[in-house]
Amino acid sequence: MDNLLSMVTFIPALAALIIAVFVPSADESYNRNSKILALVATSVTFLVSLFILAQFDASDTGFQFVEEHDWLLGLQYKMGVDGISVLFVMLTTFMMPLVIAASWNVETRVKEYMIAFLLLETLMLGVFMALDLVLFYLFFEAGLIPMFLIIGIWGGANRIYASFKFFLYTFLGSVLMLVAMVGMFADAGTTDIEVLLNHEFAFETFSVLGIQVIGGLQTLLFLAFFASFAVKMPMWPVHTWLPDAHVQAPTAGSVVLAAILLKMGGYGFLRFSLPMFPVGSEVLAPLVLWMSAIAIVYTSLVALVQEDMKKLIAYSSVAHMGFVTMGIFAANQQGLDGAIFQMISHGFISGALFLCVGVIYDRMHTRDIEAYGGLVNRMPAYALIFMLFTMANVGLPGTSGFVGEFLTLMAVFQVNTWVAVVATTGVIFSAAYALWLYRRVVMGDLIKESLRSITDMTPRERWIFAPLVVMTLLLGVYPGLVLDITGPAVANLVSNYDTALAAAEAASQLASN
Amino acid sequence: MTSADLTLVLPEILLSVYAMVMLLVAVYTSKDGMASTLVWMTAGVMIALAAYIGINGEGAQSAFNGMLMIDGFARFAKVTILLSAAAVLVMSEGYMKSRDLLRFEYPLLVALSAVGMMVMVSANDLMALYMGLELQSLALYVVASLRRESVKSTEAGLKYFVLGALSSGLLLYGASLVYGYAGTTLFSGIIQTAQAGEVSLGLLFGLVFLIAGMAFKVSAVPFHMWTPDVYEGSPTPVTAFFATAPKVAAMALFARVLHDAFGNAVSDWSQIVALLSVLSMFLGAVAAIGQTNIKRLMAFSSIAHMGYALMGLAAGTVLGVQAMLIYMAIYVTMNVGTFAFILLMQKDGQPVTEISSLNMYAKREPGKALAMLVLLFSLAGVPPMLGFFGKFYVLRAAYEAGLAWLAIAGVVASVIGAFYYLRIVFFMYFGDDSEDGLDKGGAPILSGLLLASAAIMVLGIVNMFGVETAAATAAATLVN
Repeated sequence: MDNLLSMVTFIPALAALIIAVFVPSADESYNRNSKILALVATSVTFLVSLFILAQFDASDTGFQFVEEHDWLLGLQYKMGVDGISVLFVMLTTFMMPLVIAASWNVETRVKEYMIAFLLLETLMLGVFMALDLVLFYLFFEAGLIPMFLIIGIWGGANRIYASFKFFLYTFLGSVLMLVAMVGMFADAGTTDIEVLLNHEFAFETFSVLGIQVIGGLQTLLFLAFFASFAVKMPMWPVHTWLPDAHVQAPTAGSVVLAAILLKMGGYGFLRFSLPMFPVGSEVLAPLVLWMSAIAIVYTSLVALVQEDMKKLIAYSSVAHMGFVTMGIFAANQQGLDGAIFQMISHGFISGALFLCVGVIYDRMHTRDIEAYGGLVNRMPAYALIFMLFTMANVGLPGTSGFVGEFLTLMAVFQVNTWVAVVATTGVIFSAAYALWLYRRVVMGDLIKESLRSITDMTPRERWIFAPLVVMTLLLGVYPGLVLDITGPAVANLVSNYDTALAAAEAASQLASN
Repeated sequence: MTSADLTLVLPEILLSVYAMVMLLVAVYTSKDGMASTLVWMTAGVMIALAAYIGINGEGAQSAFNGMLMIDGFARFAKVTILLSAAAVLVMSEGYMKSRDLLRFEYPLLVALSAVGMMVMVSANDLMALYMGLELQSLALYVVASLRRESVKSTEAGLKYFVLGALSSGLLLYGASLVYGYAGTTLFSGIIQTAQAGEVSLGLLFGLVFLIAGMAFKVSAVPFHMWTPDVYEGSPTPVTAFFATAPKVAAMALFARVLHDAFGNAVSDWSQIVALLSVLSMFLGAVAAIGQTNIKRLMAFSSIAHMGYALMGLAAGTVLGVQAMLIYMAIYVTMNVGTFAFILLMQKDGQPVTEISSLNMYAKREPGKALAMLVLLFSLAGVPPMLGFFGKFYVLRAAYEAGLAWLAIAGVVASVIGAFYYLRIVFFMYFGDDSEDGLDKGGAPILSGLLLASAAIMVLGIVNMFGVETAAATAAATLVN
């Protein structure tokens, strides 16, 4: 099968088309058909994507399963995966059936809902597989449309504000990247990512409007891509769209946002910023490291005072993404491995936490922490699962949350000790807000009248959590599952990065002599 | 005047003879009674001529001692003009008939203005240019005030006429200066006078006035003031016509004059066009935010879109012209679909243009709302719709011509512009369920055009239906 990647990418889109054409929209009794079709399609996608994992050769650092067709204007339709992207593909196909299953209680405009999520899956998979700049941009940006609709149609009370903010914020970040892509196209004469990875962009310092740009073109391109990925990540101080979007989005939307969409920013740094603009990355790495450290501490403190459960978890996501950017821009083997691991693990953990909120939101229709307390008395199974993911979120050894944090902290310690010191305090704060949240919601006596009749998790809900529990614990005790796949590709990236920096250093030495 | 010349302008001759003969026939027979038939016939003739032009014709030939130039560029523009005019005519019929607006002059005036446009895009001489432009404009002034009993429509026609006359004056003044300093009205003569780096001051003055006149026709800022009022006041099918074919013709004329007559002085006009472009993009994006009337909104949207097309022109390269042509082709397709949607907007049989009336349209008409959603995101330039590729081409052209600042300004403006397209999506999809919305159903031909246009926006990303290569060939004949 030499078009395996395209198959995986477009199965959900095909299912969306089938739902759009064949399921009658007027009759509500057909809603179940849409749900079943969507669940089947996402499950089939996951099963087919297992073939990618099975046939993937981790020792090969290049791109595998490559497909190539000519497209407009010298662009290409080119897809492929390597050790960095393959796990994000798997994360996406793994999460989507759970997301659909978690949406079983949706009653309004079910058909459109399923179509939006299926199209979103296609676009997210495309992002991680695209090997052409414009194709990447296409998938990257197009994902905004279904997400905008998901927040806007099925969201909470303040959904309009949140959806507009989400769209315009991320759109503004991305268009600068588009100009940078046009610039790269002009400079290298191709948009093939494989070629661009070996293309050396100019790094001679020049001045624009009297300002010295150290690192030259590379720094400018880096900044343009940074604008896009930092918003997507999201990094402090451009993270403000995320809490709004998370709070207003329906549960499934929050899960997709936290588990997959946020990873696009980190993936972008790994795919473009670091390998293509090494000099630019090196110039701006201290800034990014400090921004990450501030993000970890600041958003953890902000999370501490939140009244809304989803908002709290959203801020904790920003803090955890801070570890990712920190690991990436430490630019060594542990850092990159840790960053990828942290992203994968955060996909499971934060997705599960949003599902946990969804479970009680479905029953009580409020996310206020105040409204809960003593749930353990009525919902023991829920308390157990919530406990597990709270601990994973804190980074308890034995859960997957620990490995990523530890690796990134170790990496950054080698590069910048002070950043590591500041970031480590964030780990303590994260324990504080996560445990305090758990105490207020689950522990204590059940004194609220409204909670007297709350029921524990249904079998459907338990089955949704089961795979997430397994993955969180499995990766916690056997991180090799991820690191064996990413290792060679990351090592290759790091050595290329160091070589490029050394060459740049030598060139500037030569120029100054 | 030889028969070879006549063969070259055969489409123009056929269309004008057709228009005049049918005028006589209609006057002496059933007058408005045959208006419907005339609409369909005119559309048919236009499509046939577009096919004839598209299939026949190789290379570049000049006619009437160089007055007209029939080359790949002209053919591309003519096909676009004829097809969009035909689409708009077909759209108008049902709407105008039900409002008692369908007079037999309407299709014939559209045909005559199409003749004017075809002359414009072929013009290779200042006189021919002016003739084409005026023929086109006069027909447009009349159709703008087609709804005679309405104050707004009459106002639109009058406003368009007065400001149009002013712009023609500017253009003529510029033409006379150019003639005075170049000693000829032929573009081929002007380009020899305007050798690179030594354009005389008088010629430059003339060029500036020419650009001002043409900027009025494409409604580029700061010559845009007529656009919102004329768009709002004219009957909606006429607005649809204004937003499509004449814009293509004016933009093609713009490119023709700048490249064929002043191709040696790119650096002189490039900055003026870049300024027009950046102003149009920002004003179009910002001013549309406050609009509540969808026709006024589309007016500002078209101003912004002209800004992007001008960005391609400002590049002054083959790629720039190609980008401009592709942009215009996509723009016209999107606008045909969008105006088909606006024509479908009715409440109790009466047309409505308030955006807020679209409340929860997605629930009543999921298919049409989805098509409109695609068009709106395409207009905003969000991938994967074709509208994004239009923007990508012009951005690339601008960047490679060293206008990186213009490209950055363009993308920033597109984010501001995205806001008002999203507002329409907001009404259609996120609105309040309790209020009642627009009528269901509508003319099948309008729904068909809406769906076709949306489908093109999605399917076009595969290979753009070959427009890319056609535009490349066309651009190559214009820029040497």
